[in-house]
Amino acid sequence: MPLTFTVSPDFNARYLPGWYVVNTWLQRHTGESIHLEGCDDFDSLHRAMRDDRIDLVYANSFDAARLVRDHGFIAVARPHGRPDEAVVAAATRSTLNSIDDLRPGTRVATTDNPDVHMMGMIMLEPADLDASNLVVEQRPSFVLVAKSLLNGESDVGFFLAETFDELSATVRHQLRVLVRSEIQVISHLVLAHPRIGDRVDAIRRSLLLMHSDERGRAALADVGVEHWEPVDHEDVEFMIDLMVALTG
Amino acid sequence: MRDMTLDDLQGEIGVEHLLTYADGRRRRVFAVDLEVPFPEGRLIVSRTDPSGVITQANESFVAMSGYSIDELIGQPHYILRHPDMPAAAFKDLWDTVRRGEKWTGYVKNLRKDGAYYWVFASVVPNIRDGCIVGYTSVRRKPSRRKVAEAAALYPALK
Ligand SMILES: Cc1cc2nc3c(=O)[nH]c(=O)nc-3n(C[C@H](O)[C@H](O)[C@H](O)COP(=O)(O)O)c2cc1C
Repeated sequence: MPLTFTVSPDFNARYLPGWYVVNTWLQRHTGESIHLEGCDDFDSLHRAMRDDRIDLVYANSFDAARLVRDHGFIAVARPHGRPDEAVVAAATRSTLNSIDDLRPGTRVATTDNPDVHMMGMIMLEPADLDASNLVVEQRPSFVLVAKSLLNGESDVGFFLAETFDELSATVRHQLRVLVRSEIQVISHLVLAHPRIGDRVDAIRRSLLLMHSDERGRAALADVGVEHWEPVDHEDVEFMIDLMVALTG
Repeated sequence: MRDMTLDDLQGEIGVEHLLTYADGRRRRVFAVDLEVPFPEGRLIVSRTDPSGVITQANESFVAMSGYSIDELIGQPHYILRHPDMPAAAFKDLWDTVRRGEKWTGYVKNLRKDGAYYWVFASVVPNIRDGCIVGYTSVRRKPSRRKVAEAAALYPALK
């Protein structure tokens, strides 16, 4: 039975072909047969989690917390120097210059990305805004969040910072950053199901060396990762404690 | 932990207080009526051992507290206690986290230079193999209205 490698849908869509290249590289270097399953949305990822169909996963911190605490997943690696950060932006032609300018009734465009939504909501709290006095609308992608700001359907939008930075220059020039998070310690993780525990060391070793061969480096570049770095179980527990402290 | 001195105050005028902490130790502090705003988009993070001694602090923590990292690690977390904070708030914090639950609240903190900063703090126990091995606190920029409410309420609790 090949292993199933699932990639969280919240990265930039242009990276999806890159994940196939990463997967091919990983199969060659570990000798494992691995099937890559790209998820189109969080619904399908969460269904795969519930149905216990995931052996390896590149997960955001939210899902990682659940997989580690509730399902005993094992931390394998994390992308070096690539924390998950969020941007709250408004249209340049709006009168909004800072979070302090926001009032109850503000229309927020967000996505189903749970980390970005949480960080965005936290950054609105100083202006006494929360789910009870905001009009929050979900859009299918960050590009459509940008669009709803440009055509005046929403007042502010929540973005994954790296996706925001990669919007086309024309779009970015029409958007103003009101606040950008600098949390630094929340990142995506590669996790493995405990049932493949005996193979985790070999997979981890391969990933940590990936940037030292030319093809590996090229594959990493295709998913926007410089190199993988080790994470021990306590690093992950620390990140999860943070998530618990910040949410519900 | 050493007493604060007038030299700590960077030329500002401070009001002297003698704090007695829950462990019976005492410290002289000076409170300066000057608020340092919480930086936007940041989180202040620290961890303690089970007794409340600081074991880890991030850059934002160090910057906002005014202390160096070496002055913080190994000190009880009450190094930041502000004389305006009611003891009841911290008793509730400790009762809650020792039960294994999460505590949240609005806290006014004392900086090394006597100035203060308000935070919205969450404290969670670090539970490993069923045991509490320490605590983590994350603070974020608080709602202005909630800070005004806390500032009005806390003197009555003292
Ligand atoms: C993880 C953690 C973080 C804490 N952070 C603060 C803080 O930022 N400021 C503060 O005054 N007390 C903080 N406390 C509470 C202190 O331990 C202490 O209870 C408080 O300063 C009052 O001192 P006392 O209990 O000795 O009277 C924290 C406790 C824990 C466990």
